[in-house]
Amino acid sequence: MNKYMIYLNSKRCIGCHGCEVHCKTNKDLPVGPFLCEISHEPLKAVKGVPKTEYHFRSCYHCEDPYCVPVCPTGAMKKREDGIVYIDTDSCIGCMACAGACPWHIPQFNPNTGKAVKCDYCMDRVDVGLKPACVTKCTTRALKFVTIQEI
Amino acid sequence: MRKTVWSMCSMCSVRCPIKVEVEDGKVKWIEGNPHILKGALCAKGSAGIALQRDHERPQQPLIRAGGRGAGKWEPVSWYTALDYVAEKMNKIKEKYGAKAVMLSCRGGPWQDLWKSFIHAFGSPNFTNHDSGCGRNVHHASKSVYGLGRKGFIYDIKNAKHLISFGRNLMASLRIAEVNQIMDMLDAGGSFTYVDVRQTLTGIKATRFFQVRPGTDYALALGMINEVIKQEAYDKEFIEKYTTGFDKMAEFVEQYTAEWAAKECGIKVKKLKDFVSEIGQQRPKVIFHPGWMLSRYRDSFYASRMLHILNVLMGSVEVEGGQQFPKTPADCGVKGLRTFSSMVPKPEDKRADGVGWKYKHFDKGPGLFHLFYDAMLTEEPYPIKGVICYRHDPFNCFPDVTAQKEAFDKCDLLVSIDTHYSEFGWYSDVILPESMYLERETPVCTQKGPKPRFAFRDRAVEPRFDTKPSWEIFKMLADRLGIGEYFPWTTAEEMWEFQLEPTGYKIDDLREKGFVALTDTPIMYDRDNLDGKFKTPSGKIEFVSQMLEENGLPSFKPYESPQKPPKGRFRLIFGRSPVHAHGHTINNPLLNELMPENTLWINSRVAARMGVKEGDWVDVIADSQKGTIRAHVTDFIHPEAVYTVHGFGRQVPLQSRAYHAGMSDQKLQEGLLEMMDPAGGGLCLCEKFVTVRRSPRNPRRRVEL
Ligand code: SF4
Ligand code: SF4
Ligand code: SF4
Ligand code: SF4
Repeated sequence: MNKYMIYLNSKRCIGCHGCEVHCKTNKDLPVGPFLCEISHEPLKAVKGVPKTEYHFRSCYHCEDPYCVPVCPTGAMKKREDGIVYIDTDSCIGCMACAGACPWHIPQFNPNTGKAVKCDYCMDRVDVGLKPACVTKCTTRALKFVTIQEI
Repeated sequence: MRKTVWSMCSMCSVRCPIKVEVEDGKVKWIEGNPHILKGALCAKGSAGIALQRDHERPQQPLIRAGGRGAGKWEPVSWYTALDYVAEKMNKIKEKYGAKAVMLSCRGGPWQDLWKSFIHAFGSPNFTNHDSGCGRNVHHASKSVYGLGRKGFIYDIKNAKHLISFGRNLMASLRIAEVNQIMDMLDAGGSFTYVDVRQTLTGIKATRFFQVRPGTDYALALGMINEVIKQEAYDKEFIEKYTTGFDKMAEFVEQYTAEWAAKECGIKVKKLKDFVSEIGQQRPKVIFHPGWMLSRYRDSFYASRMLHILNVLMGSVEVEGGQQFPKTPADCGVKGLRTFSSMVPKPEDKRADGVGWKYKHFDKGPGLFHLFYDAMLTEEPYPIKGVICYRHDPFNCFPDVTAQKEAFDKCDLLVSIDTHYSEFGWYSDVILPESMYLERETPVCTQKGPKPRFAFRDRAVEPRFDTKPSWEIFKMLADRLGIGEYFPWTTAEEMWEFQLEPTGYKIDDLREKGFVALTDTPIMYDRDNLDGKFKTPSGKIEFVSQMLEENGLPSFKPYESPQKPPKGRFRLIFGRSPVHAHGHTINNPLLNELMPENTLWINSRVAARMGVKEGDWVDVIADSQKGTIRAHVTDFIHPEAVYTVHGFGRQVPLQSRAYHAGMSDQKLQEGLLEMMDPAGGGLCLCEKFVTVRRSPRNPRRRVEL
């Protein structure tokens, strides 16, 4: 069962794209790959005010991921707590995972020649911290939610 | 080894407090100081890491080898560079006097140091960028309260209503302020936004007035008229603390809500509803008086009216309103020792005329654009040397060609900056400053409900042969024989010099990047504010003695802004949250987010011109032209086109930013001399440009 999720409170989000850069600098990514993305709906007038909804997308950490079984080296893995991550030591950068993922989530890291994707910042989470994007979100619009087992 | 260093961001001029984590001499992580910002940081703040690693910045002192702007440089040692600058400065001093050298910066909490340097050299000509930014707001505030634009802080979090006239708060992005607005909205507060286009800020508003460009003053006048008509103002407060109310009421009588609605192109009912709403919510109502209001011919008067609306709301020293920023003295702590306390004040008149020709302007930094005249005419005396620290006049002021003509009369142009500025590229000497993670800065006082002392510590050693500015100025001062005014050789000694009267030690600040001087917010007694307003009368002045004495009206009759002729548009510019003016455009990670600017154009107008989203358009001024892609949208007034400022850079060594996008200031031809005579600000939105679909759009030549 997936234990975590990231939730965006669109009302608080200001579309500053901070989260995208917080993520990139935390993972030391060069120009090219983005592991999360802020997008918005076209503006629509609500009671005379043109408004929009913001969306945050990283990896969905699928219950039954498409990316894991296609990985030829077993580098793409799913943890007990649901986090889908890449074991970089075994990744050969073939990008089969990106092809299999319906949203093309895994990205190619030109610096390492390997795939990289959102892993909910598990190194931070495992020591009791929040993911980079959540910790540094400009307006505290992003929340890292731990789903309670019933 | 991992260590934590407390510092302050410098990617924009907000200077958010940050916590930097360093491992083996490398910056690994930057977050907003958790004690103040709870970790929050913007995209630029995180991209500081990319700036530190970027090699497309000056790596050692450079002396110009070819013609100005030709891009031929001789890399030299610090000793050679500083000896060179000192020798040139001394030569100018011998021939024309020390006053012929001016120094400009970008303001901020450390300007005392740069100002002391040029004063110690013997020149009164210290200035900054502000006539292309906030001078109108500053002088408007002085005319009403006798206090500058930093004379109040805004308790937005506890407000019931925030009103912004085109201040794009979410894109200008002061993290603490933005969070206050979000908290206010979460608590059910109202937010009214006025602009010629919809912005990141406007989409958070609860009410939006899309006005015709240049009519802010009309709307403010109509609001005051209606506030008085509905008796929605704080009579007691007005009675007690203000003068000139009747004259003001008489003046606004002609500017009814009906008139304003028509002039601005909005609905009168919406305006009246707005006024009855704020009448209920006062005094917890904040009219943001604007920041960068070097825009229209009447921006100064518009800002005055916004200040006056705050007074009418009684929004002074109340929770959820404007508050006086408290000082160390309010906490019973002695202030920092200033650098200027050591230095005798130069006696010469300023070359920009501020203080003697223009008595109503603040003498502190004067007005940079007026120095161009002194360079060209040598009146009141010649200006032959210009030092720009962190300031890029070519990016900040309009009409770069006209500026160059004036600078060509100078014998010495020096740029001190962390990156190649456009001015730096044209200058004679570039003295590269270490970027903010590689340098320390003096201690500064941050006034507010809970004042603090804060500072920036060095997180990592400079990657290149660069130096912090305190050291550059100190080394230059030694060579000019004025070293005794800066009695320290290390940062530690400088901090000690500043902190000595306060009783604090730098290690106290090193614990979390600052020391708070009180635990609980301080408020003055609102019933006893006498002495707090620094106008000649000691009251809040609707009729300003300062203006009237200088032959300027307190209230300027409204003049409707000119409509652009057919095919032409008013060129409006603004901010994006991922860039800070021109100096972040080349940052690898920010450039990736926004590599170029676009031209916003109204969809109906665009349809008539055959311009579609993403088409190349030529934007033409008198002799200058820019070509960028169109962004076609319903949400901009048909009279205006809009672009993000800072693009179209021309420094070849900045490969990502080089000629990417379009520069608005190059198109602002003729605006260098268009100053608001009352406010001192330039009128940068007073340029009409022609827009046409560019021949550069690709055409398919082969169909089959
Ligand atoms: S950092 Fe926060 S506020 Fe900014 S875009 Fe991301 S989620 Fe929105
Ligand atoms: S990469 Fe794609 S398939 Fe794999 S877990 Fe993420 S969203 Fe699912
Ligand atoms: S959780 Fe971590 S890896 Fe995933 S998007 Fe946020 S910062 Fe990036
Ligand atoms: S707003 Fe962003 S860029 Fe500006 S100082 Fe704060 S973190 Fe730095």
